[in-house]
Amino acid sequence: MLMDTPDETLASSAAAGDRAAFGILVGRHYDRIHGLCWRLTGSRAEAEDLTQDICAALPAKLAGWRGEARFTTWLYRVAVNAAHDLRRRQAVRTRAADGWGDWEKARQDEMAEDRARADWLAAAMARLSPELRDTVALVLGEDLTQAEAGAILGLSEGTIAWRMSEVKKRLRAIAAEEAK
Amino acid sequence: MSDDDLDALRAALKPAPAPDEGTRARALALAMRNFDGFHSGPQGSADPLRPNQDRPPRAGFLKGVADMLKSLSSRPILAGSASVAALCLGLAVVLPQMDGRLAPPKGPVRTDAPAQGQAGSTGSAPALPGEETAPVADTALSGRQSAAAPADATPARPASTDALAAADPLATEPMPEPAPQARSEAPAEAEAPSAVLPPRPAPGQPLVRKSTGTGVGISGSGRFGLSYDESAMAVAPASPDLAAPALSDTEAYANAEANPVKITAEEPVSTFSIDVDTASYAVVRSSLQSGHLPPADAVRVEEMVNYFPYDYPAPEGDAAFRPTVTVMPTPWNAGTRLVHVAIQGARVEVEHRPALNLVFLVDTSGSMQDTNKLPLLKQSLALMLPELRPEDRVAIVAYAGSAGQVLPPTPASDRATILAALDRLEAGGSTAGAEGIALAYRTAEAMAESGPEGAVGRVLLATDGDFNVGIDDPGDLIGFIAKKRESGTYLSVLGFGRGNLDDATMQALAQNGNGTASYIDTLTEARKVLVDQVAGALFPIADDVKIQIEWSPATVAEYRLIGYETRALKREDFSNDKVDAGEIGAGAAVTAIYEITPPGSPALRNEPLRYAAPATEGTGTGTGDELGLLRLRWKAPGASTSTLVETPIPVTATEVTDDVRFGVAIAGFGQLLRGPAWPGDWGWQDAIALAGSARGADPFGYRAEALSLMRLAEALDR
Repeated sequence: MLMDTPDETLASSAAAGDRAAFGILVGRHYDRIHGLCWRLTGSRAEAEDLTQDICAALPAKLAGWRGEARFTTWLYRVAVNAAHDLRRRQAVRTRAADGWGDWEKARQDEMAEDRARADWLAAAMARLSPELRDTVALVLGEDLTQAEAGAILGLSEGTIAWRMSEVKKRLRAIAAEEAK
Repeated sequence: MSDDDLDALRAALKPAPAPDEGTRARALALAMRNFDGFHSGPQGSADPLRPNQDRPPRAGFLKGVADMLKSLSSRPILAGSASVAALCLGLAVVLPQMDGRLAPPKGPVRTDAPAQGQAGSTGSAPALPGEETAPVADTALSGRQSAAAPADATPARPASTDALAAADPLATEPMPEPAPQARSEAPAEAEAPSAVLPPRPAPGQPLVRKSTGTGVGISGSGRFGLSYDESAMAVAPASPDLAAPALSDTEAYANAEANPVKITAEEPVSTFSIDVDTASYAVVRSSLQSGHLPPADAVRVEEMVNYFPYDYPAPEGDAAFRPTVTVMPTPWNAGTRLVHVAIQGARVEVEHRPALNLVFLVDTSGSMQDTNKLPLLKQSLALMLPELRPEDRVAIVAYAGSAGQVLPPTPASDRATILAALDRLEAGGSTAGAEGIALAYRTAEAMAESGPEGAVGRVLLATDGDFNVGIDDPGDLIGFIAKKRESGTYLSVLGFGRGNLDDATMQALAQNGNGTASYIDTLTEARKVLVDQVAGALFPIADDVKIQIEWSPATVAEYRLIGYETRALKREDFSNDKVDAGEIGAGAAVTAIYEITPPGSPALRNEPLRYAAPATEGTGTGTGDELGLLRLRWKAPGASTSTLVETPIPVTATEVTDDVRFGVAIAGFGQLLRGPAWPGDWGWQDAIALAGSARGADPFGYRAEALSLMRLAEALDR
């Protein structure tokens, strides 16, 4: 029966100390968090670390759960913030885009077709600023509406729309370069 | 989203790699362990939402941090083979990775962390080393959402930022952590306030903008911060195309409409503060060299003119200044004349100048890592050190990244120590330099107390636009700097890099700190700002220098001050010593150029009034042989009352030197960049010809560089 319970209810129960509810909630969303983390970082290793950190922090984080938004929205926001923080710290050591480079290298041995696609993705993502990558990860990667992405990033819908148009512009620029 | 490119990107992003099962299981187990730890502390009830002032939710979060750390650090032990050394290694390796933010630069918390964990697990509110005493933070989503509108540029610190800080588990850091990377950002159409010294930024242009990004209370893990770096992309969604292509959107410029033509009979007096900043020229150069015409607002004509060294007649005797007035025909308008006012400050022999106490306040935020930022600053300072004398002292304070006093006051002769400290500066991630600016001023004050009598204290703020120096309310920041100005410590701002540069804030800070704002984009420029002009840039000979010209209606029907838009003063403020104005350094020269129209000239913009007394030659109290009267007022450094010098401006044309003609050519160039203010077709070629004929000796090649910029602009304007 708990398996059918909505996220929001589970979250509220978990916040109140319901261990089973928490277990189901984390299990249910692990893959989703992992996917978003991968889209945000461009690195599988980073994504795993980040996801683990988020899981570890989630019990405490749930204390801040007020049930005022959809649980996934809330969770995305948690994940995005975690990724931002990671990115800020990494800025010392590497450009934020390097993750995509590593990821690309790791995929070198895979099928040629696959590799071409990966190269393109890595190149495209590396050309975007961190803010645009976040937006892309949420809007394209997670199929959220611009309003939802805005709520997660704490921005207005208009800003997201503008960012997406910016993304289009850059992609066009990349395409134009490739055409040369 | 019908765009092909977007669809391609969407498709490419879809297949996220499947999570590793083992990793997944470990993460889930860790989550459960933390859940148990979080909800079954030894003290029983661990309800973090209990409305208890002495145990705000944050305490619960802290426990989460502690529990996570415990579990992390205990894992190596549980692995069985771990010796103490292995545990230490584990801490050293895991913690920087896992909770870089928890470790303050000096690093003691790293070893304290387990101890904090104990405190957390006993449930007592941990004693926070920092002064974060904000009460319960509301981490509800709605709070974030309401604080998150990017267009809402209210500069005051919103309550929600306190909430962010308070909800942040990392409030355990000794330094309270302001929102990282708070950057000023202005919508493309935002104009800087035109007031000379804006007490507060105009709406839409906060000086220091605390991030109002998302921030659900991520807590319980040292890994996460709350605030989200709200940056360039959030700006002006409605009008992205208004920004000039060369610039990314976070650059904000201080400028105002070009000064209008004034009618002498209506407003005979023109008053302004001198401006020895040169930042605008460097910004213009950097734009042109990267292939774009600069945005009109980035062009401040007076700063371009004042960028160049001129060989004006030096003051005689003990005088601090010598004004030289030149009247010449206007190159771009046959019906008007130019009045070129040159003010040369006394040159002080390096041996005779007072000792300098220099505190470099260095932004080490992540964005400073570009080679044209922090590394360039290091090189610049290394260039400057040999120019200092042994009794000069240097201290370095960093903010953001590696924060705190990096170098205690050190004699300038101890170059090895200073350079070593510079090398230790590292651009690093999050912003943690809470009290950067206060620390810098404290250091300067301590140096003043311990150092030789009469030393000049100056804080040099080197940044790429991150003004998150520890005071987050822009009004407070300017007030703070203005207060410190009275205590005799000057502030200069050195801008680095492009894209994030907040020209408006630089201007406001430097103006309020009685300092100069310079923009350093190349080592050559660093040499000019910090080495060639080390005496002038660092040693002021006069404060609050104001210029007032009263024009005689008999000889001047209309006049226009070229440039100085951001420096206009009210007429009555000229003699008000309380009103701040620009300072001038040793050997510095300041140039102001007026375009005047004599009565009866065909170039008059305004028709004479039918019912007013006609302003023809010989009327008014002015004699026919003076154009006007130049009044110059300044204070000796540290003095509270000003000195006044008056110089009549003769009507007769004077000898026009190459320096004057070159300055006029640059003024014309600047106006062309802003959009010409004259009716004729005087253009780039004319400016190039005029400047080319007036190059003079040009020992450092500055003028040759200006010529090539003019050619570039001409080419780009086609």
